Amino acid sequence: MKYNLTISSSPHIRASHSTASIMRDVVFALTPALVFAIWLYGFRVLAVTLVSVAACVFFEWGYRRMMKKDCTAGDWSAVLTGLLLALVSPPTVPYWVIVLGALFAIVLVKQLYGGIGKNFLNPALAGRAFMMTSWAAIMTQWAKPHTWLSLMSNYTAEGALDGVTAATPLAALKTGALPDATIGSAFLGNIGGCIGEASALLLLLGGAYLVIRKVISPRIPLCFIGTVAVLTFLFPRGNDRLVWMAYQLFSGGLMLGAIFMATDYVTSPVTKWGQVIFGVGCGALTVLIRYFGGFPEGVSYAILIMNVTVGLLDKVGMPRRFGAVKEKGGAKA
Amino acid sequence: MANSFFGGVHPDDMKRLSCEKAIVSFPAPALVTIPMSQHIGAPCKPLVKVGDLVTVGQKIGDNDGLCCPVHASVSGKVKQVAAMPNTNGSLVMSVVIENDGEYTPCPNCQPRDSIDGLSASALVGIIREAGVVGMGGATFPTYFKISSGLGKVDTIIVNAAECEPYITADDRLLREEPERFLKGLRVIMKIFGLDRAYVGIEANKPEAIASVSALAGEDIRVVSLRTRYPQGAEKQLIQAITGRLVPPAKLPADVGCAVFNAATCAAVCDAVYDGMPTVQRVLTVTGRAIKEPGNFLVRVGTPFEALLEHCGLAEDPYKVISGGPMMGFAQYDLSVPTTKGCNCILAMTKAESTDEPNPHCIRCGKCVTVCPMHLMPLYLYKYERMNEYERMEQMNVYDCIECGSCAYICPAKIPLVQSLRTAKAELRLKRQKEKTLAKA
Repeated sequence: MKYNLTISSSPHIRASHSTASIMRDVVFALTPALVFAIWLYGFRVLAVTLVSVAACVFFEWGYRRMMKKDCTAGDWSAVLTGLLLALVSPPTVPYWVIVLGALFAIVLVKQLYGGIGKNFLNPALAGRAFMMTSWAAIMTQWAKPHTWLSLMSNYTAEGALDGVTAATPLAALKTGALPDATIGSAFLGNIGGCIGEASALLLLLGGAYLVIRKVISPRIPLCFIGTVAVLTFLFPRGNDRLVWMAYQLFSGGLMLGAIFMATDYVTSPVTKWGQVIFGVGCGALTVLIRYFGGFPEGVSYAILIMNVTVGLLDKVGMPRRFGAVKEKGGAKA
Repeated sequence: MANSFFGGVHPDDMKRLSCEKAIVSFPAPALVTIPMSQHIGAPCKPLVKVGDLVTVGQKIGDNDGLCCPVHASVSGKVKQVAAMPNTNGSLVMSVVIENDGEYTPCPNCQPRDSIDGLSASALVGIIREAGVVGMGGATFPTYFKISSGLGKVDTIIVNAAECEPYITADDRLLREEPERFLKGLRVIMKIFGLDRAYVGIEANKPEAIASVSALAGEDIRVVSLRTRYPQGAEKQLIQAITGRLVPPAKLPADVGCAVFNAATCAAVCDAVYDGMPTVQRVLTVTGRAIKEPGNFLVRVGTPFEALLEHCGLAEDPYKVISGGPMMGFAQYDLSVPTTKGCNCILAMTKAESTDEPNPHCIRCGKCVTVCPMHLMPLYLYKYERMNEYERMEQMNVYDCIECGSCAYICPAKIPLVQSLRTAKAELRLKRQKEKTLAKA
């Protein structure tokens, strides 16, 4: 009997999921939020998203090709980065800004450190931070919900979309006042803000889908959101703690950040306790920045700061050795 | 904590391919090849030479030290004594016997009606002479496991978890011959002087659980285990049944446990009551490339190709594996013989096996979640790529039981087990070099 037999190390079977299938699942989970944004602002946000995704995939492909490395443009991770980058941008973001953001995210943050799995900052958030610092005015102009933006409409210094700019609930919260929008509309998403952050409800549904599909563990989002809830409940501004807390939870990028950004595999800890500390740290920093920082929103910087602690948290959370009774000093050869 | 362990994975068990097929006695081929090393420990030295006539159950190899003898599985003439390909991938000294088809039993092999008069040490001696080894695949000599555990062991556990996908050999054995299995188990209990034992069976084998429970008395407790791989790994089984944790680099006896495979118990029964050494075993021939999967009682030394030919191939196999898909060895030569430890021949199609030429770790952490030994495979892999073996040792790479859960679950399809094995081998080499340098 002669066959062309393959020899390899065990195990000989593999689970059916793959890097691409996991990334694709996250993209699916974000689709409702994107569709909702299109309903809020029109097809311009879809165009922004498509430009962002195309730019990310192109830069991923181009860099790997230029550096003669294996192509990773097909693993959906660049698609996800592009989608997330669009979702954390304002609806009026100019196309050229988001292309430069994509360039920063994919090439500087991700590829220069070795590509997928090697970057220590979340590429989409780092891209947003880059856009924020470079074009602060552009990045903080918020269209009113239910304003149909034309495809070619663009930012101008006077607020080119006359009469459509509005303050977000977060801006009100920053001053210690309660926003005009009701808590219910904040939860459902009838509020201004970044493209993808409007509807807490849809983002939570997306998160539930990821948990059910075992793509993410709920540990980081729960610790993150839970910490924000506890801190804002304990230290409210205004009379009603619960109302204050609810507004803090449902406005801004908390849900998007906690469910989709802080759970990014590459830039979050792999151990149980590491993830708990990471989530709590993100939550605490978010509240600190929202209360005392220069910007109304603190989610993205909180996550970026916690990203840098991941190497340490992995060590702190290292699982206890199987059957180890008590550590007897250092390891001996 | 009972009936559970940390981590693990749940692959499709694929047992439906063969679990309803009754055990069939497989006719021995014209030539059998009996390797002199079918156990962990010193290989046997051949006791026969070319031209000698041998009988079934005749001892044809033995050695001093931690060794377990091997026996002729057919009667006939010794045709060749030479190094032959083995399922572990290397060449192993083997005795090739030309089968005369008579199956003349060896006159030394005499059945016993009762074992009441035999002392524990006499029984251990019988088990050693019969060449009984751990038949779950690890092939640790059973006599040594018993004698080294005497006085320390307070709990006997039978491993009938059969957690590897595809394999149904133990399942069928327990369904069809529970008496033989229980007789062997009671011999082991008698040797240890214990009147209780646990039989751990995964919940996906209700017929086996029912079959053993029906005959087990007060003394033997059948435990239905959660169906989760690697439930049948020794340390995990002990953890699931007793809640005890075997410390690093220690043996089950150190926590008062001794674990025996179900087929090993049956082999003890053969050895003690029938006087017949381990010359055959039940194994499963299965996989998507097999036309008619089944369970067979096979004589040691039967070439893989004879079994594959008998079962027929639905398509050209992509991989042929000795053992299960999680821990088995891929074969390159199908003339290799079955051994005492071989519980399965698995012929896989290309579609069942996926490999990724350029895997990139995405730090999903799933390997940490599933590792039953509490390791962090992604970091071990990272250090292995950097040749930082010392760091891997600090991260307890030696604790790895190579169950394959991490590599199974890895979405990036990184060959994690292979990487850890490489590191262990490199570390061992390094230690040896240091030793020789210290001597010189």
